[in-house]
Amino acid sequence: MIMHTQAHGEAVIDIRNLHTSYGVAVVHEDVSLSVHKGETFALVGGSGCGKSTLLRAIIMLLRPSSGSIKVFGQEVIGLNDEQGLPLRRRWGVMFERGALFSALTVAENVAMVLKEHTQLSPRLVNEVVALKIALTGLPASAANKYPSELSGGMRKRAALARAIALDPELLFLDEPTAGLDPFSASSIDELVQSLHHALGLTIMMVTHDLDSLWRVANRVGVLDGGRILGVGTMEELAQAEHPVIREYFYGPRGRAAQEQTWKKK
Amino acid sequence: MTSDDSAHINWQADATGAATVYCIGAWTVRGVQQLGAQLDNMVWPPAQQVVLDGAGISTLDTSGAWLLHRTVRMLQQSGKDVRMQGLQPAFDSLLQLVAARTVSAGYEAPARKGMLERLGRLSWEWLQDMVGMFAFVGESASVLLHSLLRPSRLRWRPILYNLQTAGFEALPITGLLSFLMGVVIAYQGADQLQRFGANIYVADMVGFTMLRELSPMLTAIIVAGRSGSAYAAQIGTMKVTEEIDALRTIGIVPYELLVLPKMLALMIALPLLTVFSDIAGVFGGMIMASSKLNISYDVFIDRIGDAINLSSFLTGVVKAPVFAVIIATVGCFQGFKVSGSADSVGRQTTLSVVHSIFLVIVADALFSLVFNWLKI
Repeated sequence: MIMHTQAHGEAVIDIRNLHTSYGVAVVHEDVSLSVHKGETFALVGGSGCGKSTLLRAIIMLLRPSSGSIKVFGQEVIGLNDEQGLPLRRRWGVMFERGALFSALTVAENVAMVLKEHTQLSPRLVNEVVALKIALTGLPASAANKYPSELSGGMRKRAALARAIALDPELLFLDEPTAGLDPFSASSIDELVQSLHHALGLTIMMVTHDLDSLWRVANRVGVLDGGRILGVGTMEELAQAEHPVIREYFYGPRGRAAQEQTWKKK
Repeated sequence: MTSDDSAHINWQADATGAATVYCIGAWTVRGVQQLGAQLDNMVWPPAQQVVLDGAGISTLDTSGAWLLHRTVRMLQQSGKDVRMQGLQPAFDSLLQLVAARTVSAGYEAPARKGMLERLGRLSWEWLQDMVGMFAFVGESASVLLHSLLRPSRLRWRPILYNLQTAGFEALPITGLLSFLMGVVIAYQGADQLQRFGANIYVADMVGFTMLRELSPMLTAIIVAGRSGSAYAAQIGTMKVTEEIDALRTIGIVPYELLVLPKMLALMIALPLLTVFSDIAGVFGGMIMASSKLNISYDVFIDRIGDAINLSSFLTGVVKAPVFAVIIATVGCFQGFKVSGSADSVGRQTTLSVVHSIFLVIVADALFSLVFNWLKI
């Protein structure tokens, strides 16, 4: 949604001094982070560093031990389902494995969100569903298929279609390109970019995909051992001195992705 | 969104015969709720030249852009000359995106199938189910035979584990329900028997009904509900997560690991549970007899010893392994039939319980016929 009344650069997500722990296992230690309006923010880090946990904390699926998370200026920690509903309508979430409802077809998955939260006429719901499915690059024939009949890449697109069903202002993507072939992965990247430009979305994504990072992300936060090691553009992070960040970006795969991007530029 | 901000549309014809259509408000998924209806009933200007003025649009999202695109396309298709003006650049690029991505308008939900087609499909599914069930029984039997020929290949750990979960852990519920059943039979019988002064026959009544019929059946129904459903859900979920395929690729026959231990464990557990149920049922009857009919425990036990012979006991216990095979086979078969979705796991689990209880009762009726014929 594009709101021309609001100033650019205000924080859509603002995380302050966040601590999360399960029993003795500490997941986040003093994490502070903010995501500005209209940017694509990527959270990176090794497996098990707490990226997905952070995402789950922001979307109110998990309650951190202490700290503050503000989304659209509202504190989300401690909100119950009823209080959280207005916020939840303003964001869309795409889960790593799609999390499509397996008993419903792709079209029904998308339509369900629209029917739940709007009073559009059945005809308009059908048209909007077809549009969202087309926007994500799925063929129209996929609409009547069940998630179990789709390939991994198509399932991700269907999940994205459901995530943007209500035209959210904020989109959370958990590993949007993981497990996809390079062609599907780059077409998902393009899709995210075009949605970002056309709808003026704020996007927060968790990813491992270095190509995606160079192509899509405006700013990147590196999470390791429950702490934020650095936040900045890819170019800035590529200059960083921290050994973990250097390893991340200057490992063999990091270099390849970087060279490729520079060639394109 | 306030109602003032909701999307609407109106038009004015000017002196030259051209018409200007003004699009106003928030053209968003929440703002266009009335707009859809308004557009459907709209009377469009007769003019050939139409200008769409989008300067009044405060917010635009894909749903709004779709309606705008649809309107433009509809006007063009009716032969008019349409021009957009006043749209913000960001909105314009969104409109371009929507226009580029739109192939068809709306998706066609699959047509409802006719009565005859549904009947045909249902019959065909039943037929395939039957064939599948036979194939499953055959495959299980061949794996069973293979394993029995080489007992060293039997997987004892899963057998013992299943013996514990399906057998030992079912003791409390089986005992309680059988006890209550014994109480109920004695209570109902007491009234009738008292009228004839045949109080002591309450022992015959409880003994015969529990040992011959009720214990095996009650135990089988409890186990079908407790374990048969668990088998279907476990194997079904493994099917969804591709664990069954993984087993095959590792070179383990899924039947050998998943079906055989369950079946063998149930074949051992169910007769034992039946005996336990016999005891609990008779005990329930005994307590009722002493409190309602004043038959002391030792008199009751004496009478039971006279009334019940070994064959009554055995006709009950011999049914149990057959019921066990039915429950394990149906539960596992339904589990393997799960396809892909969470919904399917639920459906097959329900079916496993319904089918196994149905088949247990049918088998019990067949046993009665055979025993009657053999005069046992």
